[in-house]
Formats: sequence, C-alpha cells, structure tokens
Amino acid sequence: MPATTFAELALPLFDQLYNFAHWLTRDPVEAEDLVQETYTKALRGFSGFEAGTNFRAWMFRILRNSFLTSRTGLKAFASGEEDLEALASDRPTPEQTLILEADRDTVRQALAQLPVAAREILLLCDVEEMSYEEIAQVLAVPIGTVMSRLHRARKALRGHVLKRSEGVAHGV
Amino acid sequence: MACESWRDKLDAYADGELPDVEARKLAQHLPQCGSCAADALQRVQLKRAVSIAGRAYQPTADFRRQVEQSLGKSSVQGKPWAWKLVIAPAALVLIISLSLLFLMNRENAKRSRAFGEIADLHVATLASATPVDVVSTDRHTVKPWFEGKIPFSFNLPELQGTNFSLVGGRLAYLAQSPGAQLIYRLRQHQLSVFIFQERETGDTNRDPQPVTALSFTFETWSKNGLRYYVVGDVPASDIQSLSQLFRNSS
Repeated sequence: MPATTFAELALPLFDQLYNFAHWLTRDPVEAEDLVQETYTKALRGFSGFEAGTNFRAWMFRILRNSFLTSRTGLKAFASGEEDLEALASDRPTPEQTLILEADRDTVRQALAQLPVAAREILLLCDVEEMSYEEIAQVLAVPIGTVMSRLHRARKALRGHVLKRSEGVAHGV
Repeated sequence: MACESWRDKLDAYADGELPDVEARKLAQHLPQCGSCAADALQRVQLKRAVSIAGRAYQPTADFRRQVEQSLGKSSVQGKPWAWKLVIAPAALVLIISLSLLFLMNRENAKRSRAFGEIADLHVATLASATPVDVVSTDRHTVKPWFEGKIPFSFNLPELQGTNFSLVGGRLAYLAQSPGAQLIYRLRQHQLSVFIFQERETGDTNRDPQPVTALSFTFETWSKNGLRYYVVGDVPASDIQSLSQLFRNSS
C-alpha cells in the first residue's frame, strides 16, 4: 500500500501513541525514540497489515512490543509485578470518599508509581477507551486475562491513591 | 443475584463490557442496593479520574514534524520552501476567519448589550408611574413635543386601519444620548419604539429581523442616520408590522 495511506491512518494516532509511550518509559526522550521506532516498524510492516482489522490496536501493539524489548522495558516488566497485590485495597466506604476528592496530580502520581503492567492496562482501558477485545490484541493475551489484570490494576491504583490522599490528609 | 456476584461485574459494567442482559439486570439492582450503587459510582469515578490524569503528555511540534517527514507526509525533501506556499494562504484564511469570528462575536455581544439596555428602558417605562411625558394618541401632537428636546427629527406612521394605537412619548437616553421613545398599545400589550442618532453600533447594514431575547422581541434597523429599536412582549409578526409602518413613514 502507498505510504500516504499509512500516514493518513497512522498520524492521527500520534498524540495518543506519544502519551502512551511517555507513560511507559517515564522519559520524554525515550518516549520520542519509542514512537519513532513504532512508526518506522509499522511503515515497514504495513504491507502485512490486514485491511479491516484494528489498526489502532496494531499500532499500540507494535509500540508496546518495542518497549517490551527495550532495555528500559525489560527492566520495568521484570520488576514490580509482584507488588500489585500488596498495594491492592479492598477497604470499604469511608476512604472511598478520598478517591472522589483525589485531584489530578494525586491520581497521576499514583499511576506513575504503579508497575508498568498495571499502568499500561489502565491507560489502554480508561484513557484510550479501548474495548477488552482491543486490549487483548495489544497485549496479546486472552480477554479473561485482560479482565483479571484490569481488576488487580484498579485495586492497586486505589491503594496508591488512598495512601497518597491519607498522607496529604495527615500532613505527611 | 447476590451482591457478592454483582461486585465482580461492576468493573465490566463501568467499562461498558457487561453483556446487555446482565447490564439491564444490574441496572435494576443498583437503585435498590445502596452499597452496590456506591461501589459502582466509585469505580466510575476512579475510571474518570484515570482518564483525566492519564492524558498527561504532549509531543513537541519539532518531534511531530520529524515523524511526519519520516513518513514522507511533508514535501520538505523535494522543495524546502514548498510548505510555506501551502501554509501561508492557509494561515491567512485562518487569520481572516478568526478575525471575522471575533468581530462577529464582538458585534453579537454589542447587539445583546444594546438589546439588554433597550429592554431595561422599556420595562422601566412600563413600571413608571408616569410612563409618558406627552400623552396623546395624535401623532401630530406627539411629534412636535420632541422639537428642541432631541437633536433630530423623525416621522410617525399613520395607524389607521391597524391594531396599533399611540399612547404617547417620552425622552429616553441610551449611552448618554437623548432620543425619542414612543409607546404603542396592541391589544393588552405595550410596545416601545426607540429612535436615537446612529452611532457606531455595528448594526448599520444588518437586515432588520425580529430577535427574541430576555422574552422580549426586538427589531432594529438604521435609516437616514437614525437607529430604530422596536421592543415588546408580543410575537415577532407584531413587532415586524409596527417596524414596517415606521420604515414606510420615515
């Protein structure tokens, strides 16, 4: 397919891909490298892309795989997964109000502290508003895994937000 | 279904991923169960919080250009100046559009402000114990009364054969300028016609069309250096009829 067709499809995703890349790498320069690499790989592989399938999921998958195999990505995915459960919060009502009151910075900081596997699935679901099926395509896992990871990620995020909100509330 | 079972499905519900049948059942359950409802609300709010907080990073313009060039989107490689030929007219069109938009907004705002002031004057007259300074149904009495009181002259229409009747007139001031206010009666309603010297209102060439604002209907036009406003709590067609009578006589 001609390059213009690829550009027409791929460039509208530029802002979203960059945001996602920045969240994964936690560094603007690395994020740029990752996005550039994604576009280069995608352009090269575009002839193999099946028309009618989900182009956005395909692009995010390339980006995510590129990150996964990068030095930062390998390190990020190797650590952190185990503390998801430890951070999870099942505590009920009174603290829930803290989440409602949590400001954007608190949630942003809590997101940044999550293990990358939790962070990426929350971003795909809540920021990119992808369906479970799309997320399954990006992460190359079954839908059941998407649901369980999402559940754990949200519990962990809740735990982080509560911890930060309580810290602020107690002047920590 | 017990609350415990619903709890496991609340995330899917908030994500819009619960099958229709279950989603409908859960939607019936939520209003009856405070604890599930609070839980669902919290999940929706957390989801929204992530959606807002997650949109955190913007690529730089330089980087965007770099990627675009790498995809051959830009013609920079061939003719480094060519993009300017495209951008310059586009920018010019954009600037002109924005300026027009700005001017239109400014004009609309000015018009709304003028209508607001006219409505105030009209309402103040109706509420006044002495709504008119010259009480007469005879236009040949009312018109001369204004002589020497305002710096211009105007004609009043003949009302024979219409449902309008003249009640009288009074002096009015709009932005420190004196003008004439004529009060007419139509059925149980009173209407005002204001005449001022034309200033830079920006309305000069506007087609006179009735406009409804603040529950009043207005029509305004400019003729021979005078600005006319007709206002009342009557349908637009009545405002239009009175306006037409004035336009034909002036």
